Order: sequence, then structure tokens, then C-alpha cells
Amino acid sequence: MEAAVRPAWIGLALAVLVAAVAVQPSPAQETVRPIAPQDRLSGSAFMSAEARALQADDASNPAMLWVKDGEDIWARKTGVAERSCADCHGEAGASMKGVAARYPAFDPASQKPVTLDQRINICRTINQKAEPFAPESQPALAIASYVGLQSRGMPITPPDDKRLKPFLEAGRSLFGLRQGQLNLSCANCHDALWGGKLGGSPIPQAHPTGYPIYRLEWQGIGSLQRRLRNCMTGVRAEPFAPNSIEFTEIELYLAERAKGMTVETPAIRP
Amino acid sequence: MGRALINVPATAKAGDIIEIKALVAHVMETGYRHEVDGKPIPRDIINHFTCAYNGVVVFEADFYPAIAANPFLSFTTIATETGVLTFIWTDDKAEKQVETARITIT
Repeated sequence: MEAAVRPAWIGLALAVLVAAVAVQPSPAQETVRPIAPQDRLSGSAFMSAEARALQADDASNPAMLWVKDGEDIWARKTGVAERSCADCHGEAGASMKGVAARYPAFDPASQKPVTLDQRINICRTINQKAEPFAPESQPALAIASYVGLQSRGMPITPPDDKRLKPFLEAGRSLFGLRQGQLNLSCANCHDALWGGKLGGSPIPQAHPTGYPIYRLEWQGIGSLQRRLRNCMTGVRAEPFAPNSIEFTEIELYLAERAKGMTVETPAIRP
Repeated sequence: MGRALINVPATAKAGDIIEIKALVAHVMETGYRHEVDGKPIPRDIINHFTCAYNGVVVFEADFYPAIAANPFLSFTTIATETGVLTFIWTDDKAEKQVETARITIT
């Protein structure tokens, strides 16, 4: 009797499984609805009151340690050209206002979009004739936070540049592409399930409003690429190479998605 | 040690309760972590902090490995006289970071 029942039960389970696989849409057809502009929330909206307070006061925000280092780098003469950032750009408060809010931007020399971090290194190599900063190195993050701070409170304004269009569209499809062993796209969590929980932590909407961020988990400051790598390894995917065009394309799409939201750099995140 | 950020009101009335904020860059390595090859990372934390107001210690703290990197302290004292607040952080390598801030009593 038992033996007769069991195969039937397994057969049914298999049928259900096959049906489930059959209805699963292929990545190409899958559409997750993007968040409506009025429903967008910065990552800080999902934080505890304590973490928000830490970010709100520059006297308690540990990211300000990097900002101060960045201020020094801005004024320090360097490279074969013996030139500081300030020698060309003057006061960062005036010349860098709004700059971080409009990156990534198109670089005519390479015919590709570049991130703010890459732009800073281009400037170092060409104009200061200095060694570029290593990705994610202390000085790279310090100067990026100092430049980023100059746009704090301003709306994210991705450039309306036709040349960026193909890269932006590539970023949009990367955002919707299922990846890794867990087979999840960015959109699966951040468009469809934001506000929910993952392992006890809130799922935010993934807007790049405060980079570089001081992440309490990292006990230090980190770039947007580091955060993206975190998510990619989280879904058991192989992260894109540092400074690869894929990362820049995702950054472009994220900026477009967060268009008009307020820059919070340097932000605190849990 | 690294950079410190101190926040002390520039002026205060005698008898006022003033809030002092002190943030310092430090790795606060717990001593409980290991390198990829299994070698332990030696403990390196700030183990002591003092704040002296014109030479008189007004706040003092012992730190332990559970305190996060870049520790931030906020405390209060009573404004008494014009002078200098001296902040000293000492770590496991016996390195001292000394910072000062002036306060004027009006």
C-alpha cells in the first residue's frame, strides 16, 4: 500500500515543480515595475534614528575624517607638474559644487562614460602628471568624499547627453539581469521587494545618494563599486572587474533612477 | 594615530553645561581576528582617553575591544573659566594623540 502511494506523490510533486519552472519567465521577458518617482526613498529613510543622527551632525559623522584628508589632498602640490587640485580648480566649494551630482559623465577622450573616481584619476594622470590613486585606496576615497561633500543638498542631475544613451540602456538591462547562483537581479530586490527584510535587515531602494558612504558594517568608508560588489557576491555572482564598463553602466542607470533625489555625501549606512 | 575631530563651543557662560564631542581615526583592531593564513592580527585599540580642562581631568574612559573603529565620544562638563581643553587618546602601541581646543568664558 505504502509503496503504491509514494510514487504517485512524487509524481505529483514533480509535476508541480515542472509547472513552476515552466511559468518562470525568462530574463528577457521579465519585467519588474520601476519605483514611481514619488515613492522613491533614500537609504537613510530605512535607517535607525541613531544612524540618521550620526549622519546629520558633521561633528559625529566619522566620514568627515576622510573629508578632512581630502581637503588636504586638494591643497597639496603633487606629481611631475607640482600642481595641486586647487591650483587649477581654486576653491572646491565653488568649483566642485554640483560636480558629484552629475557623474558618471561622458569622457570625449576615451569615448566612454567615466565615474567621478575615474575622472579624478584622469585629472591626476594628465594634469598633475602623478600616479593615479589605487581603486578604493584611502586617498581615492578621501578626495572623492571631499568633492562629493561640495554637492551635498543638491539634486542628482545626470547629464542629458545623447552619447551616454547606449551605456545608460546597458546599465538598465544589467539592473534587470538575473545573476549568480541565487539567480536574482538588482530589480528583484530593490524595485520589487524594497521595504521588506533580508536576513533581518531592511531592503532599501538602492539609490546612490550618499557615496562614498561610511558603512558601519565596514567600519570605514567605501565606494559605490564596493557596495555593488557586496550585492553581487551576496547573490553568489562573480563581481565585475574593478572600474569595468559594466560598473559604470550600472552607476549611470542608478543616477538616472535617482534623478532629482538629494545628495547626502558623505552618508552613513548600517 | 590619525586625525581627530573635536567639537567644543568657542564661548560659554560660566556655569553653563557644555557638550563636547571627540572623534578620532583609529582601526580598533580587536585582536580576535586572523589573516587568511591563520596568523592572528595583533590587538591594537585605543585603551584610554582623558579630557582635561585647564589641567583638571573632567572626563576619562577605558576602552575595550568591542568598541568600533573611529570611536566617537560625546560628554558634558561645566564651563568654569577661559582656557584650554586637552584631549589625549592612548593606544596599545603606547602612541598618544593629543588635541586641544580653546574655550572663552563670557
